[in-house]
Amino acid sequence: MAKTYVSATINGESSEFLCETQQTLLDVLRDVVGLTGSKEGCASGDCGACSVIMDGRLVCSCLVLGVEAEGKSITTIEGIAQGDHLHPIQQKFLEHAALQCGFCTPGLIVATKALLDENPNPTETEARYWLAGNLCRCTGYDKVIRAVMDVAAEMRGETVG
Amino acid sequence: MSSLSYAAPTSVDDAVKLLAGASGLAKVLSGGTDLLVQLRSGRLKPELIVDTKKIPGIIGIREENGGFVIGAATPGAVVEAHPGLNAAWPGLVEALDLIGSTQVQGRCSLAGNLCNASPAADSVPALFAAGATAVIVGSKGKREVPVEQIPTGPGRTSLAKDEFIVEFRLPPRPAHSADAYLRFIPRTEMDIAVVGCGISVTLDANGVCTAARVALGAVSPTVILVPAAADVLIGHKLDADTLAKLDAAAQAAAKPISDKRGTVEYRTKIAGVLARRTAAIAFDRANGIKNGKAH
Repeated sequence: MAKTYVSATINGESSEFLCETQQTLLDVLRDVVGLTGSKEGCASGDCGACSVIMDGRLVCSCLVLGVEAEGKSITTIEGIAQGDHLHPIQQKFLEHAALQCGFCTPGLIVATKALLDENPNPTETEARYWLAGNLCRCTGYDKVIRAVMDVAAEMRGETVG
Repeated sequence: MSSLSYAAPTSVDDAVKLLAGASGLAKVLSGGTDLLVQLRSGRLKPELIVDTKKIPGIIGIREENGGFVIGAATPGAVVEAHPGLNAAWPGLVEALDLIGSTQVQGRCSLAGNLCNASPAADSVPALFAAGATAVIVGSKGKREVPVEQIPTGPGRTSLAKDEFIVEFRLPPRPAHSADAYLRFIPRTEMDIAVVGCGISVTLDANGVCTAARVALGAVSPTVILVPAAADVLIGHKLDADTLAKLDAAAQAAAKPISDKRGTVEYRTKIAGVLARRTAAIAFDRANGIKNGKAH
């Protein structure tokens, strides 16, 4: 079976790749494009470790076919930092120690970015529901939520220190 | 290994031709939140995937003849952001919103939820209760059928090989009409219904029910309409006697199985409880009492 040629924008740069129909966007990102920040946890859309933003919407890249990326704009964890400068979300995850093993962290940071893009002033309940599709077996989520609420306040210019 | 082809046609005619011409299994792709899991697990081995999302109109919401038309592949997140649908069909919106995570909401669709044909599908009882119809296209042309005629068993539908749904139509809403959907799960999010219940009602100016539709999920091989439960509502306010009769009618219609999510006895009891609670929310909304989201 011939591979399909796909042209997409990944982290702001145009990208071209060949993929087989059954390859997911996650497979393509990790194995073809070489962006291994997005993780495969469950491969069934339950854990959120593979979260990416596609045309402005948060999705599990394991639930998107690589061929569906044609013409799409995709942001992965590798596109969150600004050059050598960590994004404020990443900085706050570090400050709050909102991770231990780190496997879920790329997905959580991408999901948090999508949350704050859509709702810069979420309540804690809104943040918890938004992130319900990102499983973390280390932190118990409280440190994650503290980091999210803190960075949301900082990005609104309400730094509490 | 057999090869898997992919096509993303830009017209209904092209999509139908592709489906009709496939020699082996061909699957229609909307949001893919069920299909990709089934591909990965090996449960399905299609030879062709037809992605419908490039067909004009298959994603989007419009008002037509006093009702709403929802494109078959419209993602949940788009439906939930639509003010008109939230006002007219809050139960359908909250049912669709219960499917999966934020990530899944970016992709999951009404057509996918209906045609995956899980008895526990959250949006389906609400679609049944709403009296929605599905516009289906195929080699023989276009037909419009009530949604309750589509699922025929777990994972099975009445659609022919060359058919797929292009849109759903919701009827115009009379005054004092509202719907609601509740599901029971042992946690607060990201779970599959033990029982689901969708109810849509129309009341008169005195709060007496003049029309009703009641649907139950996860208590039968398919989501079911329960006309006997609707009949006990019509002609009555939601008083204690009516609630008791509704509970009994829902329990009588429930024919569940025992599995890891609940026993026959438990699911049957919950079907009655959920019917009462769902009706209370739908009646409140139809009476203009704001009770926010049911969840």
